[in-house]
Amino acid sequence: MSIWVGKQTRLLVQGLTGREGTFHALACREYGTQVVAGVTPGKGGTTHEGIPVFDTVAGAVKATGADASMIFVPPPFAADAIVESVDAGVAVIACITEGIPTNDMIRVKGALARRNAEATPVRLIGPNCPGLITPGECKIGIMPGRIHRPGPVGVISRSGTLTYEAVDQLTALGLGQSTVIGIGGDPVNGTSFIDCLRSFGDDPATKAVVLIGEIGGMAEEEAACFVAGHFRKPVVAFIAGQTAPPGRRMGHAGAIIAGGRGTAADKIKALEAAGIAVVRSPAEIGGRVQEILRA
Amino acid sequence: MKVHEYQAKSILARYGVAVPRGEVTDNPAEAREIAKALGGRAVVKAQIHAGGRGKAGGVRVASDPEEAFAHARAILGMRLVTPQTGPAGRVVAKVLVEEALDIDRELYLGVTLDRSRGLPSMMASGSGGMEIEEVAAKDPGAIVREVIDAGLGMFPFQARKLAFALGLAGEPLRKGVAFMQALFRAYAETDASLAEINPLLVTKSGAVLALDAKMSFDDNALFRHPDIKEMRDLAEEDPLEVEASKFGLNYIKLDGNVGCMVNGAGLAMATMDLVKLAGGEPANFLDVGGGANEEQVKNAFRIILSDSNVRAVLINIFGGIMRCDIIAKGVVAAVREMGLSISIVVRLEGTNVDQGKQILRESGLKITPADGLSDAARKVVEAAR
Repeated sequence: MSIWVGKQTRLLVQGLTGREGTFHALACREYGTQVVAGVTPGKGGTTHEGIPVFDTVAGAVKATGADASMIFVPPPFAADAIVESVDAGVAVIACITEGIPTNDMIRVKGALARRNAEATPVRLIGPNCPGLITPGECKIGIMPGRIHRPGPVGVISRSGTLTYEAVDQLTALGLGQSTVIGIGGDPVNGTSFIDCLRSFGDDPATKAVVLIGEIGGMAEEEAACFVAGHFRKPVVAFIAGQTAPPGRRMGHAGAIIAGGRGTAADKIKALEAAGIAVVRSPAEIGGRVQEILRA
Repeated sequence: MKVHEYQAKSILARYGVAVPRGEVTDNPAEAREIAKALGGRAVVKAQIHAGGRGKAGGVRVASDPEEAFAHARAILGMRLVTPQTGPAGRVVAKVLVEEALDIDRELYLGVTLDRSRGLPSMMASGSGGMEIEEVAAKDPGAIVREVIDAGLGMFPFQARKLAFALGLAGEPLRKGVAFMQALFRAYAETDASLAEINPLLVTKSGAVLALDAKMSFDDNALFRHPDIKEMRDLAEEDPLEVEASKFGLNYIKLDGNVGCMVNGAGLAMATMDLVKLAGGEPANFLDVGGGANEEQVKNAFRIILSDSNVRAVLINIFGGIMRCDIIAKGVVAAVREMGLSISIVVRLEGTNVDQGKQILRESGLKITPADGLSDAARKVVEAAR
């Protein structure tokens, strides 16, 4: 078991014919993901690396039954690409693109809310994220597939390489993952920690969750609040940026301590108050999960 | 991206936000002329990207043009040290000469993103001149907020709510509402990440103006605002950070002596944390990115080593997309080119890790390999001592 994506998932790739899009679409297919379509406006009717290309997302969905999308469209056009998938009712939309203007994401959130109020909800993962993977079944994104193993640990993270680090530790200890989700490093994103926790809570195969946060915003505090009230499975957390100076953007657009808010110390305090095991060193993530699952 | 006060005011004025009359100059004689044109009495304000200028002597009132000249001469070229500049301070290159206004009330107004709601929010408080963080800490109830649907814009009733909460009435109420709506438009249409008016001035004659203005902009949206992008003042930024940005590297200089080169922003932050946990102090944040090539690694290395505080370097790479052998080649090339004077600890994991380690080993260079994160941190902190 897993959440959101699995063997049955049929993936379309927006921006398939670009360099990045091609490289990662092929890596996903090689991993075992059903890559059923590409969308590049103006190239509809052609085939790229054996994958049929369509002009529109709606056209690709109609012809192939695609129910997930992976987006590799450059930042100025990415919001448009996301909303096109939202409009076509694609259930899981993973936007890898980094550098989308915040105001564009605010508009995307508006479009998502309007759509989800009227029809079967769709989900946006990211942007500025590595994507999501259900090990052994379906990889949607840019993460290295081979470090993952199927298993009982759900992983949610705002960071890319730090997620790989955590997954690698888990796998080395013989702990596989149910689903690993990179929710992205932007200040306005599609899926929150809470959205992921809610689904992991309902997934019988997920026995524990690793939550990797970082400075900036209140998402970790909100997650802590949710865990305290509604979540019954063990959670191990790490917060990156304990030594980050205030007022500086640490790589990710969302990783900034602004107006004294969003510090690692505050987040760690909130998470611990909710009964979450917070490790101070990223090297201890896997070990702590192992301890908890053994207990 | 940050801009100077005079630039923020020029942007705001385009949207109908009321600002004092004034002009910017880098020349005392011109400051005298500007003061003369303003009617004699004027305020001379140092233009640097940091607050706290007044207390540091960077804002002075002149009663006549001669005094404006003297103030401008004193301020231009001075090294202004405020709580926000750090001990090194900033050299003042420009002053804004503005009309002196009589003050009835000083208020606070700011627009920024409410990340929890995913929407912009305008904040107002009656404590103008105080940092909003300080107000929030001392008396959070004194701040009123209005979340604004970006698609619909700020409705007049929302501005009225804030204006009434600030105790505005009569002419200042009407002007305050117009001011807030104009401010929101300026924020939204320029893709700002912050538009802060502190203080917002109510004059004895009932005018409402931005006595000070601070704006910063979403770097990701600058491509659609070439005029604002041009306002970037490189002199206000750390030279190493400017240099790094030319190569698409994300570098932030810190105060420690352990240089860090990492791929990925989250892992880069976590690496700084590891160094600190091991008893050291990181010298920098550096994310070489997910798809860095040999050249980029070389540049990253050069930039880290240009910081004279750096005593040892930790290279921490988890190769997902990025291959460890490419990182290793870049490191070897950089060390050969620059000559090695300090210790380098390398922790490689992921794609092609064995080839990467082999390249480092066979280079004959003094590079310390590490196994795992904790081992790497311990070794590099020891080497930096």
